[in-house]
Amino acid sequence: MQLQLSPEMQAFREEMRTFFTTQVPKEIRDKGANRHHPTKDDFVTTQRILNAAGLAVPHWPVEYGGRDWTPLQRHIYREEMQLAHVPEPLAFNTSMIGPVLAQFGSQEQKDRFLAKTANLDIWWCQGFSEPDAGSDLAGLRTVAVQDGDEWVVNGQKTWTTMGQHADWIFCLARTDPTAEKKQRGISMLVFPMDTPGVTLRPIELLDGGFEVNEVFFEDVRVPSENLIGEVNKGWDQAKFLLGNERVGIARVGGTKGMLALAKELARETTYNGRPLLEDPRYASRIAEIENELVALELTALRVVANSADGKPHPASSVLKLKGSVLQQEVTELIVDIAGPLSVASFAEEGSDVPDWARVSAPEYLNYRKVSIYGGSNEVQRVIISGTILGL
Amino acid sequence: MRRKVTKTDPGFDEKVWTQLAEMGLLGLPFAEEHGGAGAGPVEVAIVAEEIGRVLAPEPFVEAVVLAGGLINRVGSDAQKSELLTALSEGSSIPTFAHTEIGSRWTPTASAVTATEAGDSWTLSGVKEPVPHGARADVLVVSAALPGGGTGLFVVNGDASGLTRSGYRNIDGTRSANVRFDSTPAAPLGEGGDQTDAIERALAVGRIAYSNEAVGAMDTALRTTVEYLKTRKQFGVTLNKFQALNFRAADMYMSLELARSIALWATVVEMTGGDVVSAGDRARLLTSRAGRHIGKDAIQLHGGIGVTAEYKVGHYTARLTAIDHLLGDGDFAADRLAAKVGDYPTVDPLGAPYA
Ligand SMILES: Cc1cc2nc3c(=O)[nH]c(=O)nc-3n(C[C@H](O)[C@H](O)[C@H](O)COP(=O)(O)OP(=O)(O)OC[C@H]3O[C@@H](n4cnc5c(N)ncnc54)[C@H](O)[C@@H]3O)c2cc1C
Repeated sequence: MQLQLSPEMQAFREEMRTFFTTQVPKEIRDKGANRHHPTKDDFVTTQRILNAAGLAVPHWPVEYGGRDWTPLQRHIYREEMQLAHVPEPLAFNTSMIGPVLAQFGSQEQKDRFLAKTANLDIWWCQGFSEPDAGSDLAGLRTVAVQDGDEWVVNGQKTWTTMGQHADWIFCLARTDPTAEKKQRGISMLVFPMDTPGVTLRPIELLDGGFEVNEVFFEDVRVPSENLIGEVNKGWDQAKFLLGNERVGIARVGGTKGMLALAKELARETTYNGRPLLEDPRYASRIAEIENELVALELTALRVVANSADGKPHPASSVLKLKGSVLQQEVTELIVDIAGPLSVASFAEEGSDVPDWARVSAPEYLNYRKVSIYGGSNEVQRVIISGTILGL
Repeated sequence: MRRKVTKTDPGFDEKVWTQLAEMGLLGLPFAEEHGGAGAGPVEVAIVAEEIGRVLAPEPFVEAVVLAGGLINRVGSDAQKSELLTALSEGSSIPTFAHTEIGSRWTPTASAVTATEAGDSWTLSGVKEPVPHGARADVLVVSAALPGGGTGLFVVNGDASGLTRSGYRNIDGTRSANVRFDSTPAAPLGEGGDQTDAIERALAVGRIAYSNEAVGAMDTALRTTVEYLKTRKQFGVTLNKFQALNFRAADMYMSLELARSIALWATVVEMTGGDVVSAGDRARLLTSRAGRHIGKDAIQLHGGIGVTAEYKVGHYTARLTAIDHLLGDGDFAADRLAAKVGDYPTVDPLGAPYA
């Protein structure tokens, strides 16, 4: 494993940095820098700019827009993108359904979906979790019953992120209720969100935002050709997809950016005439987080360098576990820097509380999610203790 | 219910406020001659804990303990009978307008200044965030005095030169930006520098918030335990996973330690001990415990914990607000740390409760 960038890789990094900071509109990146959520249009605009430059789906097979980069190049690309506060290409498209289609889809499905998926002409959402199937995803109950050349889907999904923007959903449904193992009788179906029988209810989160939804299916008719891969083999695709979901989950670049912001804010915020950045408690707290972030980045590089044949290096669970904790620690740090101003979350005109302080507590509460989704941190510990340590 | 109430101004239920008045809770710590019930810190602590337990959005600590406490301690007899009687009856809600944009948790004021003209005073400058500052009928305002020091003043809600812009806080309660522009004000009590009285009031507020936090933590833990017993994944209830039960056990430990120190600090206040350091001790421990319990209550619930539709996350939101209103745990730790060299041991049972 290389721990120093070669001149070529330095040039590559420079190229990425220049692209992200000059080609993606500043107003979109500023939103990220100021801890505001990108809008649907921001996502679409950005992804199309990236796609036009061959930077939306570099990890896909070359024939569908991939770049055949080394793991190090992918890491640099992602890192620079996060540091520049560029809204990342929609994960549901580029890390989830895209690679699944490329790997398991029929030629017809690939031709139909992949280009539009890369360009965000189709916005996908992920219909996996259900009220009673969270960590235990294989416990899902949504059913699809064959009727002629259609599947009839009934059931409910939940936590569907940005389902309100989505054109299509990829979804796991039980197609063989008699299967011996609950993982066996599951298939993956895709269909438009405006298919009759699909309804969506937004869920309000603690920060007052609406980023997740419940999605209900009532006799939703889906043509047979919209089944991805083989009938009753959907679990293989789900596992493949969840493996990809964990790539980049450490979010080192994003956390670095937040920590840089925290330093800036700690420099501007004074208490009894002294900047918080000079307060030993704040300074050492920042140093601790920063140092763990360095270790996490190096671990991420070791993991990407050693993942063979799509099988993630065992230490990848560490990335999710530590990565989520560090993200949460930085959001907490920013709330503490805001101090009493952090309560003023929904301040309006007429308030002198700076914007960063207003958004600090909602973001802190919202970021509790990162240790819950994508395989909760308890589930990561189950994996480490069971699969890695053999306990 | 709470979600509905906190969605619209004033962010709490006026009818409930009237009921609290009828029950005598709004005058709890004040003398009977001022319309109060003549009770002490222990009774106040019990109410604060109940407020926390049910996450009531009514500004009990803010109006009764902080603003009412200052009026009671510093105000003239005339001010006490007028303002405390009205508070106790529920007809007038006071607030303590102290925090300034750059002040964090100092007991002094600088952004709002007091000017004397003849025998009357005016205030100019901005206070923010002021708890329920748009709804309050009367404001107790800290202001920098012309000759140095920080004074306390009473400003009526309908005074001239007063602009108030209210908004919703992270926990559903309300704050405001309050702008004074040569606003007429009356000195609270004798006037003069009141920094010590403010320091004391903030300490008493910290103790009351510790009790409120204990109530909130208690419900957060109970709710989590109940959830672990009923939520099923992998064909079993979550309490079949010992790792989760141990997390709940740790939350219990944090809660009980916080409960002990909040109770102790309350007794220190009752017996006239050093409330400032007792307040710091209570603040430090309830800050740490509140974060621990608030975070894990959400985590052990999974996704439902981060929604506004389920109650547990609101407890975390309130604990987060309490944690930053009058000083966070690091703030309290720093103040305690500055003195650890001055004594060999702490004897919580020794008089006078130093
Ligand atoms: C903001 C957000 C966005 C999301 N977006 C999507 C999306 O777009 N599409 C989608 O399909 N899903 C999405 N999810 C769902 C997410 O994947 C689930 O929330 C997650 O799998 C946890 O499931 P749960 O919420 O039902 O919690 P539960 O599984 O009920 O877990 C409750 C608690 O039990 C613990 N636990 C569970 N099993 C074990 C065990 N075996 N050992 C020890 N502890 C255990 C958990 O760690 C947690 O602490 C999202 C969730 C959130 C919060």
